[in-house]
Amino acid sequence: MASSTFPGRFENLARIDEFVRQGAELAGLNEDDIYSVRIAVEEACSNIIEHAYGGEGKGSIFCTVCPDESGLTITLVDHGLPFDPRCVPPPNLHADLSHRKEGGLGLYFIQKLMDEIHFDSSANSGNQLILIKRKRIS
Amino acid sequence: MEIITNSFKRSDLVKVTGRIDSATSSQLAETFNNIQKNGRYKIVFDMAAVDFISSSGLWVLVNAQKTSKRYNRGEIVLACVPARIYSTLDLAGFVPFFRTFDDVTAAVGYF
Repeated sequence: MASSTFPGRFENLARIDEFVRQGAELAGLNEDDIYSVRIAVEEACSNIIEHAYGGEGKGSIFCTVCPDESGLTITLVDHGLPFDPRCVPPPNLHADLSHRKEGGLGLYFIQKLMDEIHFDSSANSGNQLILIKRKRIS
Repeated sequence: MEIITNSFKRSDLVKVTGRIDSATSSQLAETFNNIQKNGRYKIVFDMAAVDFISSSGLWVLVNAQKTSKRYNRGEIVLACVPARIYSTLDLAGFVPFFRTFDDVTAAVGYF
């Protein structure tokens, strides 16, 4: 298990990505699944900076990666505004080009690309997002 | 992220190397805006060296496509889309919005 704290700035997304990619490789995920995990974490961290903190430089993202024999568990903790994923409407994937409205894809990607997601928001410990990707049996 | 642009007689080429995320997507948006502000709407986006693109980057492509296609004045086409990035485009429901080509020469030749 490895943990690191990153200041909530978009310029740190590449560092978070590298940290998570190393964990995904240690977990033995295949290349497609490593890319899926990277996308999911990128979207989650962007949402934390943009929505939970309301902008850059307002707080940190605490990231833990835990590779084990079954796959990879990633925990992201922030101390921004609480968030209820059930309140985010799904994107309209069938709208034509002129009617596609920006937003809503991040959470959708996370839900589609990870095997399990758990979200917990409490006043003391902040917002905790747990993302799990299981190793595929080939 | 590195952006290289080339202007041809009938189209413009934009090539990105590296990752397109929330930190870098605004640079790409500015590149498309600058080309389109000059009245050039036929653009080839070479994705061969893009190794990562988040939803933030995908929206830049979609918004630039909206601008190019307005009044039927042009189009953004994608060249050399890596398989994993194509999967992300597909997941977002964006594949129908873009013509894709396996190589840059064919994409430039389309215009």
